[in-house]
Amino acid sequence: MAEKVLMKGNEAIAEAAIRAGCRHYFGYPITPQTEIAAYMAKKMPKIGGVFLQAESEIASINMVYGAAATGMRVMTSSSSPGISLKTEGLSYIAGSDVPALVVNVQRGGPGLGGIQPSQSDYFQATKGGGHGDYRMIVLAPASVQEMASLTIKGFNLADKYRMTSMILADGTIGQMMEPISFEDAEIETYEKPWALTGHGNARKHNIVNSLYLQPDALERTNFERYEKYAAIEENEPMWEEYMMEDAEICVVAFGIASRVAKNAVVAARAEGIKVGLIRPITLWPFPTKALRKAADQCKRFISVELNMGQMIEDVRLATECKRPVSLCHRAGGMIPSPEQVLESIRKAQKGE
Amino acid sequence: MAKITFNTDLCKGCGLCVSACPKGILALDTNQINKKGYSPAVMTDQEKCIACAFCATMCPDCIITVEK
Amino acid sequence: MAVVFEKPKALTDVPLHYCPGCPHGIIHRLVAEAIDELGIEGQTIGVAPVGCAVMAYDYFACDMIEAPHGRAPAVATGIKRCRPENVVFTYQGDGDLASIGMAETVHSAARNENITVIFVNNAIYGMTGGQMAPTSLPGQVTQTSPYGRDVKHCGWPIRVSEMLSTLEGPEFIARVAVNNVKNVKNAKKAIKKAFENQIQGKGFSLVEVVSACPTNWGMTPQKALEWVESDMLPYYPIGVYKDRSAAKEEK
Repeated sequence: MAEKVLMKGNEAIAEAAIRAGCRHYFGYPITPQTEIAAYMAKKMPKIGGVFLQAESEIASINMVYGAAATGMRVMTSSSSPGISLKTEGLSYIAGSDVPALVVNVQRGGPGLGGIQPSQSDYFQATKGGGHGDYRMIVLAPASVQEMASLTIKGFNLADKYRMTSMILADGTIGQMMEPISFEDAEIETYEKPWALTGHGNARKHNIVNSLYLQPDALERTNFERYEKYAAIEENEPMWEEYMMEDAEICVVAFGIASRVAKNAVVAARAEGIKVGLIRPITLWPFPTKALRKAADQCKRFISVELNMGQMIEDVRLATECKRPVSLCHRAGGMIPSPEQVLESIRKAQKGE
Repeated sequence: MAKITFNTDLCKGCGLCVSACPKGILALDTNQINKKGYSPAVMTDQEKCIACAFCATMCPDCIITVEK
Repeated sequence: MAVVFEKPKALTDVPLHYCPGCPHGIIHRLVAEAIDELGIEGQTIGVAPVGCAVMAYDYFACDMIEAPHGRAPAVATGIKRCRPENVVFTYQGDGDLASIGMAETVHSAARNENITVIFVNNAIYGMTGGQMAPTSLPGQVTQTSPYGRDVKHCGWPIRVSEMLSTLEGPEFIARVAVNNVKNVKNAKKAIKKAFENQIQGKGFSLVEVVSACPTNWGMTPQKALEWVESDMLPYYPIGVYKDRSAAKEEK
């Protein structure tokens, strides 16, 4: 039996990052992710690591960029408005092909929005956010255990593919306390011959750069990067299926919304409705194959989200619009109740 | 005895070496056009060169080698 | 015959793309000479800016990274905090360091981040074609101040060295110029000291190099250097504005 400890979601991310070998954290205060920074501030000096509070989100992501370029495991964390500021750096990190872990404990928007949990940064996380053609691996934890295990997974994938992994969490899971275990986590290590270490008069100088003034060279880097992205779309999608064996209605939800949706699925089953849940764990790469397969079996889909309807577009794309997809949602800091989701399932059952 | 060598192909003809030379023995050779399309700097009187390296100190393109 | 002067080894053989007479090449060489003389090329990591010197990563033979506009001190901070045994420098222009990147500049100085900053002040945005910079002089005509910089409308140019020297944090702040042989030699000394300070763990060392932009000033290279003397240096006087270690020794 793996030993369990009771932890807050945000602290689980911080502890998991340290266990994954992260010794450098750069951040800027913002609610509701402050426990991550507080944990790092306390722990890093004791283990020979670095916690640095930067002057801005922009500075912190650029510190991450520099640190990542040296080949070290490095992270930052923030919440929605702070992630907007970080997108410049995220684009450079993508264009320079260096690995980093970025945590977004989402809050409601747009603008200053609110500090209550939200999933309204789905587009920003999965479709880019910054300028240029690029992707991030987006991991959506639905429990405190996953806050930890996906953080470690995120570092592994970032190093494997030399790109940003984003933990797209929300204020609820960040603040929630649950018993978790770190013992199953597998920490992978990768060679980094591209890293800035000083050439030691032993090799040609390494250059970490995203500028290509020759258009053919720029295009080539984009095509090469998209070959990498294609491999990720093929090999790395993660999702959970719940009661999908005989399901005729498929609820799709991630993160905190999936926990509400799961309760509603159980309640609907008690009413005799054949409904199941697909929970994307990676939002990019989206579990397209799982959804496409479900479209052969299910007559309707329901996307449950804490936003005005963002993932629903990917559900429609994945199912190639073969089946109707309805939206069950609350926006800007509000969480749908299991009853609201149950009502959506009942409507879907009636073909509404 | 001093010797100045120009990497003439890379000269941009800015003339900063010409102005810096205390002996006034450097010039832009308007009869020549180098690969970059500039009239490059040339030595007009090697005998008078004192190897002070003022020319090289002011050269923005690092194309001057001075020997003595 | 012995070589009196040659291209430093810390510069690659890639031809510089700068305009004829642009002092960036001189300043690159001074940095490279300091690296050569201190024997640190193998452990040095340089940070290129956005601006005319964006492609400095091709010119310096050490490991290099290209930073977003103004963020070089933050990028350098990330590198130095990961690899304190390496020597880390940034090379930035006035738009990069004193406008869009002012927060990163001030805060890395305030933290006494143990890095070396080479700040090239030529009072104009060169790469984008000659717009008004935070250091453009009052009355200076640029593409975006076509009637001359009107300080009532867009404020006064910023004296970065003086401003940073009011901070408790930084170790060494000096302003030099590259408009004549004597000043170039002094500039070299200050740049070398800024690297030595880092090696000795003394902290943030910034050298502001008053430079020229013949192309966007609309002058010949020689005339531009004369304008540095007549117009730039009276507003931006050469000098050491802060030297904590020297001040301690005096006491």
